[in-house]
Amino acid sequence: MMSDDGLITQLSIFVNNEPGRLAYIASVLKDCGINMHAFNLAESADFGILRAVVDDPEGSYSKLKAKGIIVKKTEVIGVLIEDTPGALFKAADVFGKAGINIEYGYAYSGKKASVFYIRVSDPGKAVEVLRQNGVRIMSSGEIRWGI
Amino acid sequence: MFWNTKLECMPKEDLRSLQYRELKSLVNNLYSFNKFYHDRMKAQNVHPDDICSLSDASKLPFMYKQDLRDNYPTGMFTASNSEVVRYHVSSGTTGKPTLVGYTRNDLEYWTEALARSLTSVGIGNNDTMQISYGYGLFTGGLGLHYGAERVGATVLPAGTGSTERQIELIKDLDVTAIACTPSYLVHMGGVAKKMGIDFRRDTSLRKAVLGAEPWSESMRNHIESEMGIKAYDIYGTSEMAGPMFTECEERNGVHMAGDIVYCEIIDPDTGENLESGQKGELVVTMLKKEAMPMIRYRIRDITSIDEEECACGRTSPRISRISGRSDDMLIIRGINVFPSQIEYTLMQIPQLAGHYMIIVTREGALDRMVVQVEIKEDAFSDKVEDMNRLRAYVETQLKKYLNIAAEVELKAPGELPRFEGKAKRVVDKRVI
Repeated sequence: MMSDDGLITQLSIFVNNEPGRLAYIASVLKDCGINMHAFNLAESADFGILRAVVDDPEGSYSKLKAKGIIVKKTEVIGVLIEDTPGALFKAADVFGKAGINIEYGYAYSGKKASVFYIRVSDPGKAVEVLRQNGVRIMSSGEIRWGI
Repeated sequence: MFWNTKLECMPKEDLRSLQYRELKSLVNNLYSFNKFYHDRMKAQNVHPDDICSLSDASKLPFMYKQDLRDNYPTGMFTASNSEVVRYHVSSGTTGKPTLVGYTRNDLEYWTEALARSLTSVGIGNNDTMQISYGYGLFTGGLGLHYGAERVGATVLPAGTGSTERQIELIKDLDVTAIACTPSYLVHMGGVAKKMGIDFRRDTSLRKAVLGAEPWSESMRNHIESEMGIKAYDIYGTSEMAGPMFTECEERNGVHMAGDIVYCEIIDPDTGENLESGQKGELVVTMLKKEAMPMIRYRIRDITSIDEEECACGRTSPRISRISGRSDDMLIIRGINVFPSQIEYTLMQIPQLAGHYMIIVTREGALDRMVVQVEIKEDAFSDKVEDMNRLRAYVETQLKKYLNIAAEVELKAPGELPRFEGKAKRVVDKRVI
């Protein structure tokens, strides 16, 4: 599923904050054959939100729904970051100057490169600004190739 | 010590004939002048002429809390606005409160009852009494306030909250007696300890009149051994007037002054009267009530009646400690909470799916209530901030309707138990 809008569909899953709940969600992911490239767990006192970048977001979404899991699709941006000091600053600086607010983000450090997955208030504008400033962003197809 | 020796120690037989006379004239009056009770008697096919003895009271129809709700606000009143001098309000079950009204005479026998009660536990004009019940719509604060003033005690109207300040005042003003909920007194004990204050060593507080929530002998023992305060049980509901009756120095049941209230115990399922001494649901007939008569009102508290004359010399029947409820009402930090109130509140919130659980625990001395709610699928946001905002909103709504803080936990749809038949949505883990 190639696209060049620079947006990646992330799945967000509601997890009750009880012992064994994350293991249960993980087992459902396993049963559905869903491969996660990166994930992050945001938590509150009584619940957590598992956010994951997966191989096949549309297919995974339907499988999880069919299993009765509360799941939501959200658009995020994967900013490719060189594995050198100052790389995060470069990307963050672009956002700062363009007035784009990062709602949350999480990083994945692969063999060849690192990816900073971010959720911003205006993803379309963010992609445009990043590209104008020469910041490399990941296309959804690249997830499947592996980085 | 008696406040009203003649009425408190009246021979049993005389007391019963007094009760009969009061009941008879009450029923005559209501049948003639009160449409609500007239219709209810008609429906049960009972006429005032059928009441020929005190035990004939069992022929009369019951009154229920639902009657108060159905006739909110003043449909049950038998006194005109010019005669009613006060209202108190308690929270209702479906967003609508229940209102009780008082004529000057109603306030008079309420205060008289409390003057007798306080005297019976040895509180009088040499005492300084702190009233740490809520003042305002709740009956506890103002009720005890006027009762304590009547016996000549110096009253400190502390109300609820600001615990450290309350403890300072107990110390500075040589407070000798207090009225509050038992759990609040235990809480005070814990706070005082942190402040380096020992009630026994540093204060003159020696007597406590405790009520508005269920408590036990083990709590009494705790209060007495840890704090050096003699604890007495007080009983009463807003439908009766408010807190009214206490144990005497013998502490062998709460004296229900016979000239003010006629008590029966019934089987909550069949409505049949039970023998003296048997455990069942308390039914009260308020013999002097003017603004809002209460005939065979089903309080829903489970207790038993002891008709034996008390060693203190009082002849009024005594009720044993309330051992439970015949409905699902919870008492949380002294506030009455019906699960239906919680349900009603949750149903008004479109993001919630309708399933809920209520978990009640006691941490230290204070009750904690957690309401678990299932969110609807489309209410799920992947931003923690949005979800926290939803939770805070549910908490605010509950606080608004229940007058008490509840913690809310958000759950995914399908997470909470489903019930076939009667739902058991309340898990009360308190050990009292």
